Amino acid sequence: MRNTILVLVAIALLGAGVAWYATRPAPLPAEVTAGLTGDATRGEAVFWAAGCASCHAAPGAEGEARLVLAGGHRLVSDFGTFVAPNISPGPAGIGGWSLAEFASALTRGVSPQGQHYYPAFPYGSYALMEVQDIADLKAFMDTLPASDAANQPHELGFPFTIRAGLGLWKALAIEEGWTLNGELTPEEERGRYLSEALAHCGECHTPRSAIGAMDRGLWMAGAPNPSGDGRIPGLTPDELDWSAEDIAYYLETGFTPDFDSVGGTMTSVVRNLSNLPPEDLQAIALYVKALYPVE
Amino acid sequence: MTVARPLMLASAVCLALAPVAVAAQEFDGQIAARKGQMFTLGISLGVLGGMARGNMEYDAETAQAAADNLVAVSQIDQRFTWPEGSDNAAVETSRALPAIWEDLDGFTEDWVAFGEAAAAMQAAAGGGAEAIGAAMRDLGGTCQACHEDFREPDS
Repeated sequence: MRNTILVLVAIALLGAGVAWYATRPAPLPAEVTAGLTGDATRGEAVFWAAGCASCHAAPGAEGEARLVLAGGHRLVSDFGTFVAPNISPGPAGIGGWSLAEFASALTRGVSPQGQHYYPAFPYGSYALMEVQDIADLKAFMDTLPASDAANQPHELGFPFTIRAGLGLWKALAIEEGWTLNGELTPEEERGRYLSEALAHCGECHTPRSAIGAMDRGLWMAGAPNPSGDGRIPGLTPDELDWSAEDIAYYLETGFTPDFDSVGGTMTSVVRNLSNLPPEDLQAIALYVKALYPVE
Repeated sequence: MTVARPLMLASAVCLALAPVAVAAQEFDGQIAARKGQMFTLGISLGVLGGMARGNMEYDAETAQAAADNLVAVSQIDQRFTWPEGSDNAAVETSRALPAIWEDLDGFTEDWVAFGEAAAAMQAAAGGGAEAIGAAMRDLGGTCQACHEDFREPDS
């Protein structure tokens, strides 16, 4: 009897060990980014497309102040409130990070200290980024002003305070590859890259499962607003009947086809995307028009 | 007595709730006026935006009239149209957030910024579709600034 219990405990411990080992933080192999040089000018376009300023600029920052990535934006979710950290290129931010560390954070959700990041940071989407774009983005972010704002702790309850559990979450929730597949024109492919990898539109516009994974069967179909106010609208053809030109003009100016204006959290998205060249906005619009209708 | 007590309680509840219902109805005019201003802006912006996007042929006189309308609305003194309590929490037909009354200075600043952008459009409207397009982007920015903080998201 005693032996049986010991064996069971040993098996349980072994299982936990295997689970921990299988889901431990796995940085991007250093050779993936080895030898790459970033171009800051190209990186600025990546920066606006990826929407970094929406969470990492100080709340209420406008104009040039959106380039000071002091953090502090509060992201309310069912799991608690996440507070965006300082990612400016100084000692209080991410100054001194290597390109490999930066790329691991973006595509694997792993910190230089080897910890899992919470998925409020949309690394599940950024995992689709091209490494050259990551190098360019870093080169641009290194030119931005440093902020000495201290990071504020997330406001989470147990068990979400245990970062090791995020390895299991990653294994269950993150699906690799594109969601929109099939025959796409080069413009639609560009739009897919901008929308799925950089702008991470699906993170808000796609409903989530109980564990907080994006439900790819309902890709961009609209979702409850995690803050509790209203609903994030759907972008699928059965929900949105704007033309591609309407969508591109909305992303450039914030005006809807009937000349109402964007409001709420989408305002910040438009502020970022309006910095993109017209052909990129057109590509996003064509991608949105190519989305699958909800069955 | 045993019958009267619940009745009295019910009456008390009705009396307590009555002022809210009356107040909400009292704001119907102000809320309609606010929305009317916004629709007037939307119609004029539709003319200017239509020309900027090339969906409508550019005509200097029409563009000027539309831009003049934006300026005219921007000059309406807003002090009578935003009474306290006419927010979306109190009145179902309103999307005005209580944040307006918590930050009246910020709200007023946004309206002033819109007025300046409307004046810039008034100056640009005679200069062709391209000039209108550039002024539209600045104008749009002022609409967004206010709608980001002070209007309930569409749902």
